[in-house]
Amino acid sequence: MSSIVPRGKTPPLAADDLPQAVKILVAGGFGTGKTTLVSTISEITPFHTEETLTRASIGIDDTSGVELKATTTVAMDFGRITLRDRLDLFLFGTPGQDRFWFMWDELAAGALCAVVLVDTRRLPVSFPSIDYFERRRLPFVVAVNSFSGSRAYPVETVRAALDLNPDVPVVMCDARQRRSVKDLLISALEHALAIEERAAAREKTS
Amino acid sequence: MSDSDWVDDGPLVRPYALVRGRTRARHDVFDLVAFVVALVDTLQGWIHIEPEHTRLLILCRKPVSVSELSAGTNLPIGVVRVLLGDLLDMGAIRVREPSERPSPQLIREVLTGLRAL
Repeated sequence: MSSIVPRGKTPPLAADDLPQAVKILVAGGFGTGKTTLVSTISEITPFHTEETLTRASIGIDDTSGVELKATTTVAMDFGRITLRDRLDLFLFGTPGQDRFWFMWDELAAGALCAVVLVDTRRLPVSFPSIDYFERRRLPFVVAVNSFSGSRAYPVETVRAALDLNPDVPVVMCDARQRRSVKDLLISALEHALAIEERAAAREKTS
Repeated sequence: MSDSDWVDDGPLVRPYALVRGRTRARHDVFDLVAFVVALVDTLQGWIHIEPEHTRLLILCRKPVSVSELSAGTNLPIGVVRVLLGDLLDMGAIRVREPSERPSPQLIREVLTGLRAL
């Protein structure tokens, strides 16, 4: 017989009383400002968590040269914003290594949209993120992070260099400024909403 | 986040001994952003209870996400999932999974919330 003690005087919470969570992914190559962006807007000190790769998952991942390692960890940073009572937005910085696609798949499942940060001095580091979201059809915007000392390029130049689909928004941002990050997240959500609404309209007419 | 985050910190004996080699939760739940809350105060009377079960239970006295539980206990997400599965089997917690595909209505609510920040 179990002897679980019912919790004090508090009635048990119904599942709907628990907060509903939504998430937005923050991607881009190494050093594009993902961690900075998450820290700028998160109301909690961004957390750092890890997932362990066992030998089994290493087997299906191409990690030639590391066969001798029994376990390895992949780290993620995330932050949270309470939008209203029982609605929380999570921001996940994607793992920096492009080989961790299995982790990206888990992060992307159910995500509202994504932001791909680019540094105009090193555009190619963000290519894999763009390819990934295009393949996965997750709505995303490209954010040109303005680093001090980096040259400002017109948005159209960046768009052409990244060979983006014309309806993917390209916006400028400063990952250190809360207002700028907030506007960026709003652009990404508006883009996602427009795509969802178009899809809903198509379903209606078909 | 940096490329040096590809860390090999050796065999994770303790976490995986803790879950007795189980690497998958029996339940297809516990998304990274699923919220969990405790329904009981103690796990007294149950066998095979590890201190980590109790640590998790204490952390979810208020609703908390799976990711935060992992960060708060310093346990890998996979281990946290197995332990939460045990707690769910015991009826000690309740979980709310996020929606699989966000509706336009949900996106609008998030937009409203963000604009008001």
